[in-house]
Amino acid sequence: MAFPHRPDAPELPDFSMLKRLARDQLIYLLEQLPGKKDLFIEADLMSPLDRIANVSILKQHEVDKLYKVESKPALSSNEQLCFLVRPRIKNMRYIASLVNADKMAGRTRKYKVIFCPQKFHACEMVLEEEGVYGDVSCDEWAFSLLPLDVDLLSMELPEFFRDYFLEGDQRWINTVAQALHLLSTLYGPFPNCYGIGRCTKMSYELWRRLEEEEDGETKGRRPEIGHIFLLDRDVDFVTALCSQVVYEGLVDDTFRIKCGSVDFGPEVTSSDRSLKVLLNAEDKVFNEIRNEHFSNVFGFLSQKARNLQAQYDRRRGMDIKQMKNFVSQELKGLKQEHRLLSVPLLEGFNIRESTSYIEEHIDRQVSPIESLRLMCLLSITENGLIPKDYRSLKTQYLQSYGPEHLLTFSNLRRAGLLTEQAPGDTLTAVESKVSKLVTDKAAGKITDAFSSLAKRSNFRAISKKLNLIPRVDGEYDLKVPRDMAYVFSGAYVPLSCRIIEQVLERRSWQGLDEVVRLLNCSELAFTDTTKEDKASSECLRLILVVFLGGCTFSEISALRFLGREKGYRFIFLTTAITNSARLMEAMSEVKA
Amino acid sequence: MDCYTANWNPLGDSAFYRKYELYSMDWDLKEELRDCLVAAAPYGGPIALLRNPWRKEKATSIRPVLEIYSASGLPLASLLWKSGPVVSLGWSAEEELLCVQEDGVVLVYGLHGDFRRHFSMGNEVLQNRVLDARIFHTEFGSGLAILTGAHRFTLSANVGDLKLRRMPEVPGLQSAPSCWTTLCQDRVAHILLAVGPDLYLLDHAACSAVTLPGLALGVSSFLQMAVSFTYRHLALFTDTGYIWMGTSSLKEKLCEFNCNIRAPPKQMVWCSRPRSKERAVVVAWERRLMVVGDAPESIQYKQLTIQVLLDRLVLRRLYPLAIQICEYLRLPEVQGVSRILAHWACYKVQQKDVSDEDVARAINQKLGDTPGVSYSDIAARAYGCGRTELAIKLLEYEPRSGEQVPLLLKMKRSKLALSKAIESGDTDLVFTVLLHLKNELNRGDFFMTLRNQPMALSLYRQFCKHQELETLKDLYNQDDNHQELGSFHIRASYAAEERIEGRVAALQTAADAFYKAKNEFAAKATEDQMRLLRLQRRLEDELGGHFVDLSLHDTVTTLILGGHSKRAEQLARDFRIPDKRLWWLKLTALADLEDWEELEKFSKSKKSPIGYLPFVEICMKQHNKYEAKKYASRVGPEQKVKALLLVGDVAQAADVAIEHRNEAELSLVLSHCTGATDGATADKIQRARAQAQKK
Repeated sequence: MAFPHRPDAPELPDFSMLKRLARDQLIYLLEQLPGKKDLFIEADLMSPLDRIANVSILKQHEVDKLYKVESKPALSSNEQLCFLVRPRIKNMRYIASLVNADKMAGRTRKYKVIFCPQKFHACEMVLEEEGVYGDVSCDEWAFSLLPLDVDLLSMELPEFFRDYFLEGDQRWINTVAQALHLLSTLYGPFPNCYGIGRCTKMSYELWRRLEEEEDGETKGRRPEIGHIFLLDRDVDFVTALCSQVVYEGLVDDTFRIKCGSVDFGPEVTSSDRSLKVLLNAEDKVFNEIRNEHFSNVFGFLSQKARNLQAQYDRRRGMDIKQMKNFVSQELKGLKQEHRLLSVPLLEGFNIRESTSYIEEHIDRQVSPIESLRLMCLLSITENGLIPKDYRSLKTQYLQSYGPEHLLTFSNLRRAGLLTEQAPGDTLTAVESKVSKLVTDKAAGKITDAFSSLAKRSNFRAISKKLNLIPRVDGEYDLKVPRDMAYVFSGAYVPLSCRIIEQVLERRSWQGLDEVVRLLNCSELAFTDTTKEDKASSECLRLILVVFLGGCTFSEISALRFLGREKGYRFIFLTTAITNSARLMEAMSEVKA
Repeated sequence: MDCYTANWNPLGDSAFYRKYELYSMDWDLKEELRDCLVAAAPYGGPIALLRNPWRKEKATSIRPVLEIYSASGLPLASLLWKSGPVVSLGWSAEEELLCVQEDGVVLVYGLHGDFRRHFSMGNEVLQNRVLDARIFHTEFGSGLAILTGAHRFTLSANVGDLKLRRMPEVPGLQSAPSCWTTLCQDRVAHILLAVGPDLYLLDHAACSAVTLPGLALGVSSFLQMAVSFTYRHLALFTDTGYIWMGTSSLKEKLCEFNCNIRAPPKQMVWCSRPRSKERAVVVAWERRLMVVGDAPESIQYKQLTIQVLLDRLVLRRLYPLAIQICEYLRLPEVQGVSRILAHWACYKVQQKDVSDEDVARAINQKLGDTPGVSYSDIAARAYGCGRTELAIKLLEYEPRSGEQVPLLLKMKRSKLALSKAIESGDTDLVFTVLLHLKNELNRGDFFMTLRNQPMALSLYRQFCKHQELETLKDLYNQDDNHQELGSFHIRASYAAEERIEGRVAALQTAADAFYKAKNEFAAKATEDQMRLLRLQRRLEDELGGHFVDLSLHDTVTTLILGGHSKRAEQLARDFRIPDKRLWWLKLTALADLEDWEELEKFSKSKKSPIGYLPFVEICMKQHNKYEAKKYASRVGPEQKVKALLLVGDVAQAADVAIEHRNEAELSLVLSHCTGATDGATADKIQRARAQAQKK
């Protein structure tokens, strides 16, 4: 049970420095507006800000009242207003309306806008167009790396995914490059760099250019982290679209972990109050179960409850009783509902059955997001839906959820998540039958179903090449995982993690040409190794994995497992924590 | 021993001085110095001479010559003065020669007599003419003070960043002051002037009378004043032959001296040796020189830094020497060699007789990719000299594409600037160029440019989505992007329009666009939505309640829940709702209404396309076991076990599973066997399993 670290595991660098840096910078910016001031904070920034500087620190630096940036005008009577916002145009209009209202009322105040993590020219232009550019002073709070845990850094930019992978907007690439530059300034150069994906490549090149411009800053520094691996989310959509079954992922799917903490409602806490719980390595019990398959968790907690309740620090988080309640009520039901992986999809062995399952799902209005997820998963694993199904599923969906989702489907198609098969791609009836015959009934159902899905499309070819669907004889012991597939009940090794494993093993992309080609990344996979004599053997076992477009807790758990197997330690940097629902919501069109 | 001290002369009680020639001047002067305007640059810089033909007694029509010599008298430049009468010459800290004309126009020349620029000291100066002018140096640069014919002062503290200040009037001033100087205190330039026995201090705001502490009696006029290079000390010479030396704050007297010479001196200056703590004032008359010293006090002069020295060499175009010094001193490339090479390149681009190709090649050969060299700066200089083509050639050597953008924009090469901005990966830079292009080009050309640059296009599109919706539409129109146009109008149908007619019209436009995009699916779906919207409106009018904006499914459900089954059926037919969906929908709605009678009727209306397990599930969800059991009996064999388990009939479920001889079903039933009540059933299953294995 619970994964102890190997005794030879390398020490992690101290990332709390990033928090201190961010805090000092924020304080400096607040001091730039001396005297009492009201602070308007964008809703998305509240949780990250809370992890950096709490209210009492803000008060110490003469922040009087705190307001949320929202559509209705705030009634602040302060003479100085400070806005802490993401560089979004709608925020600029909000600020402009506030300033213009003051002007109409003949009132003069001081306004300061702090953009986090950087300002964009378009924002300043909007301020100018609204006629308030001269009235406000603009600053940047270059806070782009929030340590959510000892091995997890998040840029807290969920919009990165939609902006880049749907809209083709490259604005955030500079932010990524700056963040990487900061890391190499603080923790030394990275002797080995690997990457795959278009966004990865652009970010990497921009980062390199930054390093060259500030030539010498990192030169001669001892590297602390031996490898960096960058990866675009669209290299592996499948993993992100799967339902999660490791504990932390499951909690995220069920309750949405927000900025490293989760709100448990009264139904979980079995009291009349909600409870906000910080989920990280400091919580000892949580740390022991976070990477476990959920089926192990209940037994573990029952035992823990007997042994440990007395010693366990209640104040720190959810107590054992609450966790047990959660597991027994929320997770037990899961087994029956077949939330496992993509079981609904996979229960039937052929596409026909999967399609009608999804159709029923839509007809019953079970969940708009879940239906989209299943459609996308089917589409990607099949290299697109056959035209008839594509149309009928869309029709059903529009009937259930409204015509604005025409736009949702247009988005999904553009992002390559839900497409129509080109005529030649259709599985022939014969092939389909053969595949059914070949299926080995004796083996686990899920495994078979998955392999049947992973047959002809690129995903199938990739899956075959990289052995993503392990052959299993008998039961897969989820208590004693043998490979990374345990994060999906032993049925599937996350593609992203497998790629990372393979490249690290080879220290290059050599021999993976075919996989890279199948991923449509022929020009977009690179290795950049510098001879680094100062790199210690310890540092060469530390690997920073950068997910552009978000990473899931399942991937984190899988790589933590890999690390233990190989004596590595992984550090994760992501634009945001994601899961299937977040991806689908990012693509969905909602009526305002 | 004698020979060493022989040429030292006593100066006061404790100091000695000697006089010897450092070097002889190489110049060959044709004019008497006394007939010339002379200006020597600080730190042993160049000397400028302009024979002054405008003095009344020597009026002549011959054009004077402006000559520039090095400090040792080597001729550097000589040019015929073709402009107006000059009142005063002076060197700026950057070794630029400022020639102040009588009309207040200042002409600026380089060390080699190259004309740089000119500026005017303002209208007031132009009208009243320049009587006198002083160039002075402060930490902000070189300033210029003018005394006009109206006895008013105009001042600029930094001629590099010209801001003119007209100083306040001195009350009752009828004639020119007998002497004046600029002072610099608290980072502000002042003017100290003497009128008869009175002294006045002028700052921007006011004119105030001041007095000197410890000044001897009997002074009726000040003949000369001198301020030290650091502006800390001041000396005044009076008509009684008395010298007052003190701080320029006028708060303290350092010493005084009576020389008994009443003739006005030609010149009076502070002097000091580098690092010396002793200061002295040198007073010069036609044939006499006097050094007046005071007690030692700690002051230190800033030395000429190595950077300034290098600048001086560069100005003198002694590039190889400068480079040798850098190498000798092992200065970092960026501060040393690179900088000098960059200066050399800037000089090189001014050689108009050399072709663009040759200049560019020569520069690239010398500079290569030396760190710290900015090709864009050199290109900017070339552009400044009117060599656009050369500038573009030089820019090609600039490795940082972002650096090329500002100059390209300046040169109106906006499209090239756009490519370079995109190459740089800096989206803000791209946006800046886009705004330039938008203003520069007509709309069609602008859109066409965008079309060829997908990265810029998506950036601009994102902006338009939030800020300029009409432009977004135009962009799609321009590209014949009917698919996106359709989407645009779909969004408008619920985000921009409120009235039903407007919304339907937007949908119609969308449908047309989808047809053009050959997206028949979207077109049909849009037309369906138009129909639905109109119908929903009618339903609201006829039945009341809320229908508009519900999905088709929700509309039908709402009708059933409201008891309008007939209408619901009609709608389902009109919109071809598939049977399966309709059954799910009705089942759910009727169960929600707890209309069990109607549900049973419905279940018997024909064979259920979704089977009967859903009926069992939904009844159990409403906690109606009685109804659920009715349907459990109708569930087909494949789902029978599940249905029986749902209604809690474990024993019968076991029987069915045993009958089916289905291992999975047996395990499922077994997992539902709880406690003592199901003990017998569990045993039964185990027996059946054992039997099955025997076979």
